[in-house]
Amino acid sequence: MQSQPLSGSESQGASDLTTSPGSTPQPAPQETGQVSQAERWSSLIGGGALVLSGLRQRSLRGALLAIAGGGLIYRGATAQKGIQEELGMNQSIKVEKTVTINKPVAELYQFWRKFENLPHFMKHLQSVTVVDDRRSHWVAKAPLGTNVEWDAEIIDEQENHLIAWASVEGADVDNSGFVRFQPTTGNRGTEVKVVLEYNVPGGAIAAALAKLFGEEPEQQIGDDLHRFKQLMEAGEVATTEGQPKGG
Amino acid sequence: MKALCWHGANDVRVETVNDPKILNPRDAIIKITSTAICGSDLHIYDGYIPTMKSGDILGHEFMGEVVEVGSEVRNINKGDRAVVPFTIACGSCFFCERDMWSLCDNSNPNAWMAEKLYGHSPSGLFGYSHLFGGYAGGQAEYARVPFADVGLLKIPEGLADEQVLFLTDIFPTGYMAAENCNIQPGDVVAVWGCGPVGLFAIKSAYMLGAERVIAIDRVPERLQMAKEQCQAEIIDYEEVDAGEAVTEMTGGRGPDSCIDAVGMEAHGTGLDSLFDQAKQAVRLETDRPTALRQVIVACRKGGTVSVPGVYGGFLDKIPMGAAFNKGLTFKMGQTHVHHYLRPLLERVQQGEIDPSFLITHRLKLEDAPHGYEIFKHKKDNCIKVVLQP
Repeated sequence: MQSQPLSGSESQGASDLTTSPGSTPQPAPQETGQVSQAERWSSLIGGGALVLSGLRQRSLRGALLAIAGGGLIYRGATAQKGIQEELGMNQSIKVEKTVTINKPVAELYQFWRKFENLPHFMKHLQSVTVVDDRRSHWVAKAPLGTNVEWDAEIIDEQENHLIAWASVEGADVDNSGFVRFQPTTGNRGTEVKVVLEYNVPGGAIAAALAKLFGEEPEQQIGDDLHRFKQLMEAGEVATTEGQPKGG
Repeated sequence: MKALCWHGANDVRVETVNDPKILNPRDAIIKITSTAICGSDLHIYDGYIPTMKSGDILGHEFMGEVVEVGSEVRNINKGDRAVVPFTIACGSCFFCERDMWSLCDNSNPNAWMAEKLYGHSPSGLFGYSHLFGGYAGGQAEYARVPFADVGLLKIPEGLADEQVLFLTDIFPTGYMAAENCNIQPGDVVAVWGCGPVGLFAIKSAYMLGAERVIAIDRVPERLQMAKEQCQAEIIDYEEVDAGEAVTEMTGGRGPDSCIDAVGMEAHGTGLDSLFDQAKQAVRLETDRPTALRQVIVACRKGGTVSVPGVYGGFLDKIPMGAAFNKGLTFKMGQTHVHHYLRPLLERVQQGEIDPSFLITHRLKLEDAPHGYEIFKHKKDNCIKVVLQP
């Protein structure tokens, strides 16, 4: 994927975090200091290339909050480092996937921003109900005919560029993430990147969730993005379900 | 309906299955009037194409009458007679827009499989394993055609099925193979393999201006057809060393371009081909690239190697040193059938070619298993089998 300098409106969300002197070049992967972590997250969210490895120790949610609220808040938040780790709950799954879609940014962004559209291509989603400008209610299919539900809140929104969200308290599965839309080089459409983090709690539900999100969450998100691309480019999702076969 | 289903290596059966139905708004259903067995179907028949499932319906060269269209198909109507490209393409992605239809981004529902193997997924294909989408094929009475609005070519009246059926695959495939050679006046083109694709490649090479075409095979009736129907100079590689013969016949220069119309199950006479057969039999090698090796060594410096023959996986001992140091150009891939449909239909209409020349067997769909047997073993002088449902 193309690493581009931040510029214009695209940089707004990240600008708070990119002012520190060490922001370019990016720190080597083995650095795990708080500041470099924050910088890398912000660079990613703002438009840079992501290398997820090296970022395993810090939460996406914290970084997203930081982008929305400024670097100081982020540093404050991570100063309480490791609450989850100390409680033995550090079972987060992070997923990153990008697809290029042969459509303009605005068309894709506007389709996605109507969250009710998402179950059309996200296989495991049953429904998304928009509550108000910021809040929505999500229901996903779980094994054995059960559902998992959560409320999510938009924590950052930059029109035609970025939507970041996090689940609110009481979620069956704690999750946060963002989707970012960037024009490609040479008017070849839009790069759509999704980064997600699930914090899987212990106990009975963990097993169910592991199945729900599959052994390879990256592939599932990848398939969802494939379907998004098919829907936007071809107007339908390619399928063979229901076709004849021999016995 | 009746359909030819795959159940394992050398095991295909005509069975009664459900009729296909419209699954997406851009689908159409075709009542098939003619369908053919392709050389690449033999790779499946022989068990060399992974991700086949028992019960899969084979066939990707078919045509017929439109009997039903989805709600978004407006340029094709019930009752139209049409041919179906074997590659499935959406018409609106980056690749379709650039005429690279067999690389369509949106037609393979199992893209993730292909991405694991190839890095990226090519288009979906009819009846050609789940790696390429798992679409039910056209050796059947009916077939569902996705993206029918870009994937069906209406056939004007006055042309018989047999004159246009091969627009679905082998004629465009042979033609693209020749086009990929970038033929210049005075060029000599050599074609390895005188099966249907090789024969169309020979004819196409002449159409595109080749001065001489040399054809290499070992099956007498195929060599005879290459010579008599396609005006090629022929080499029987069981009688002479094909590489040496080609070099001699081109004054030591080598052919300006060489076409590998053989692919992954090549036969050969050398030690390397014995090794390949042994390795492929125990799955240490997926493909037997005997023809490709010869092609690379035979081709003149700065020449072009064009590969319409199908390869699926990993090849051993490709003479990359020869390819590099001779500065060869490689062109290959599944055919961008949609791109060739209209221009080649015109050539048929204008009488420049009658593609039915290579049909040796006309069978009922019920007899398809027999068709596979004689085609595979080249019995009864079999070159091309057309089935009537």
